[in-house]
Amino acid sequence: MLILGSLTRGPRHGYGIAQHLKKISKDVLDVGESSLYPALQRLLLNGWVTAEWGASENNRRARYYQLTASGRKQLVAENREFDRMILAIQKVMSCA
Amino acid sequence: MRLIRRLLYFFRQRRKAGELAEEMEFHRHLLEQESGDQHAANRRMGSAMLAREDARAVWLPLWFDSVFQDLRVGLRMLRRSPGFSILAVLCLTLGIGANAAVFSWIEGILFRPYPLVTHQEQLLALTGTARGESDPTGVSWPDLLDLQKNSTLIDSFIVSKIMGTTLSIGDRAEVTTGSIVSANYFDAIGVHPILGRAFEPGEDTGRNAHPVTVISYQLWQRRFKGDPQIIGKTQRLNGVLHTIVGVAPEGFYGTFVGWAMQFWVPVSMEETFEADGYKLEDRDARWIESFVRLKPGVTLDQAQQEMAAVAQRLENDFPATDRGRGIKLWPLWQTPFNNARTLLPTLEIMLVVVVFVLLIACANVGNLLLVRSFARRHEMTVRLAIGAGRSRLLQQLLTEGLILAAVGAVGGLLVAHWCRHALVLLFPARGGVTMHLPGEIDWRVLALSAAVCLLSTLLLGLVPAMQSGKLDVAGALKAESAGVVGGRGTAWFRSGLVVMQVSLSFVLLVGAGLLLQSLQRIRTTSPGFSTRGVLRTSVNLVSAGYDAPRAQTFQDAMLERVQALPGVESAAFAQMTPLSYGSFSSSPIAVDGYQPPPEEQPTVQYNEVGPNYFATMGIPLVSGREFTRADDEKAALVAIVNETMASQYWRGRNPIGQRVQVKGRWMQVIGVAKDSKYQSVRETPKPFFYVPLRQNFSRSPVLFIRTPLSPETMASALSREVHTLDANLALYEVISLQEQLDRSTSPQLVAVTLVGVLGSLALLLCAIGLYGVMSYAVSQSSRELGLRMALGASASDLLRQVMSRGLTLTGGGVLLGVAVALGLTRLLGHLLYKVSPRDPLVFGSAFVVMSIAAVAACFLPAWRATRTDPARILRD
Repeated sequence: MLILGSLTRGPRHGYGIAQHLKKISKDVLDVGESSLYPALQRLLLNGWVTAEWGASENNRRARYYQLTASGRKQLVAENREFDRMILAIQKVMSCA
Repeated sequence: MRLIRRLLYFFRQRRKAGELAEEMEFHRHLLEQESGDQHAANRRMGSAMLAREDARAVWLPLWFDSVFQDLRVGLRMLRRSPGFSILAVLCLTLGIGANAAVFSWIEGILFRPYPLVTHQEQLLALTGTARGESDPTGVSWPDLLDLQKNSTLIDSFIVSKIMGTTLSIGDRAEVTTGSIVSANYFDAIGVHPILGRAFEPGEDTGRNAHPVTVISYQLWQRRFKGDPQIIGKTQRLNGVLHTIVGVAPEGFYGTFVGWAMQFWVPVSMEETFEADGYKLEDRDARWIESFVRLKPGVTLDQAQQEMAAVAQRLENDFPATDRGRGIKLWPLWQTPFNNARTLLPTLEIMLVVVVFVLLIACANVGNLLLVRSFARRHEMTVRLAIGAGRSRLLQQLLTEGLILAAVGAVGGLLVAHWCRHALVLLFPARGGVTMHLPGEIDWRVLALSAAVCLLSTLLLGLVPAMQSGKLDVAGALKAESAGVVGGRGTAWFRSGLVVMQVSLSFVLLVGAGLLLQSLQRIRTTSPGFSTRGVLRTSVNLVSAGYDAPRAQTFQDAMLERVQALPGVESAAFAQMTPLSYGSFSSSPIAVDGYQPPPEEQPTVQYNEVGPNYFATMGIPLVSGREFTRADDEKAALVAIVNETMASQYWRGRNPIGQRVQVKGRWMQVIGVAKDSKYQSVRETPKPFFYVPLRQNFSRSPVLFIRTPLSPETMASALSREVHTLDANLALYEVISLQEQLDRSTSPQLVAVTLVGVLGSLALLLCAIGLYGVMSYAVSQSSRELGLRMALGASASDLLRQVMSRGLTLTGGGVLLGVAVALGLTRLLGHLLYKVSPRDPLVFGSAFVVMSIAAVAACFLPAWRATRTDPARILRD
């Protein structure tokens, strides 16, 4: 979900996604590269993102990931699910 | 969708993997730039290899990889040892192919015996029954109409009675088979003519009122050259001009297993084609063979009950004709009035035989695999030592077995496909028309074959897999011990396989031997008349339009001319040939002084014969005299009975001079003939009598000629005589009675041939298996043999030692085989004629054959053992 979320504003490459997550969450979310790439492959398999080779900032070849229409739908769905979870956990914790 | 992406990934694996590597390198590079520390960056990336593997696992699950790898390795292994692979695949192809072929034949006969007929599962055969008689009878037309009126569960009643006519092809007459059918026939079976029309409902009624016919596709092509204007043209059938109103579709052969129908006529034309006159209004004339189509959802039992009730009502309403008569419904594959019923026992035997062959083939391949495992023991132990799990090894071995089984199955299905029409061999071509017998490979056959394939895979794959459980790693790596893979355990298993093979082969040999002896007995059983030196032929005067007086004149003239021919000792006419397909006339009889038990109507078959019949046929007369020319239509009615009839109806008294009533007419018995075979060689003695042809005239009888000349010589002479009398007539084939006898036993001959061929195949496979085991055993104990030789054992000692091992195995197999055979051959019971299922001669011969094969198979490896060089062996 997080990866999908980080692609809403436009395509990024793998490093870019990891940096973005790290920066926005102020170092809380530190995605290990060994779990990032398998996750990206899973997104590709499900058709929620597409990947294209392009030029990076320093003109090296990099692979850019982009959200697809179904990816956006998936993101919305996962978001909703996540909110529900949070609400439920909050309720439990406040009663405990 | 995901599956498609996975497939795409699979085909571009390498490129994708490269891309991922490049991508991750880029990431690492950026990390390095950011932190300035190469090692930190490397640490953060973690194990690139693991990440790559995980990424790959997203697309292709792990088991996929291992299976794929197994397949590749397996194929490579098989390619490396082509001799083994070819032999193994050959064994499996034969085994699975034979099974699939027999499955398809059985399935065809069982479920869809009639090509192009729809919904055969709803069809049943309908016959009559008579109290006191074990065989089913036909049904009469008035009875059938009443059944139709009173039935609610049956959708349609279909009449389909086989008959024949003569059509001349060139200057030869050929029997052309056709059917008398009810008007609803084509509609009820769901077959629609491709040209013209089927019959209309009104065409059922009226005496000879509707001379129309539907012809078969084959006839249309062969005789009428596919004439597109065929509808409306006429064809003379049995003397009556019929209009062709329709052409049946290609591939439709009627509804009679074993015969290809060439034309169909409606029931109203019955008198033209059947003997004994117009029967449609005679409730006692039981000539109809019929089928019924059940309404959907109705079962055989329900319909049978309904029919029984209606039959009961008929019995009450018409006691004169229907006393003691019932109706019976049969499943299609048990139809009593066609050849399927005779086929099925043969096919069942075939099934058992091919299963045996399959088991033997699998045992062979299993043995081959074991030998190969022995050769690969180093490879296996090394793999274990490196760290392969046992289950992984097992998986690979099973995959190899699966590859073999799969290739064998594909080959087998091809073989079955080619053989699927081979069932036709059981039915020789009649009238130039070959049958098309269904043997389609459909889902049932495929499913069964797949099951067989799976079973054999498990058997084969497990065989070497079981070995791998007993690997001694350290010993193998030392490369010293000879029997590192398995050793004791597998020796027992292999011996067990061989014993099983030998026993199965033995059973097959016994079966083939029994069938062969049965056939021999059938063929040498005297039918009670001469088979050598007597020929038979006939001319169809009915289809040439002769009426009775003209036919009589012709017959007299013909007989005179034939008797005058050189080489002819005597000649006589008769209505029916013994041992042919058609049935004899039969009649209820009454005898002075014989009181039949109540509810029983004695009915006896008879033949209408001319003067000199018994002398010509070589049937001795026990007492009394033959018919002469004086016994004609103006003289007193006479009859000759056979011994069984005499003893049954005139117990102890001399029947000569007594009276017997046949079809309402009283006849005087003037002679008693010795019993002979009438319908089939295998029948038990039954009552039978003869009446003079002159007093019971038939327009187209059969001519029997006693002559030492060959059929071909006589044929030309006879043709000439016939032509002189009437240039338009053609002669039927001239054959000897021996040929007639042979034809009547051809199904048995085919059965014996098939079982014999498969039995020999099984024996060969068995011998190969035995040879393989002996070679293996010799190679295994080569050190021991070398040692013995070095210590002074002679060649003959070694020979004896090795051979004795092999012969012990064979002996065990034979013992087991004898036990199994004693139990199983009981099942052959009804196919065997005058042969006991435990015939010692057959068992003895099978034993001898088996022993010879075993000795031959063991000899070569034993001989090779004596040629071993002890020094070389001990050095290794």
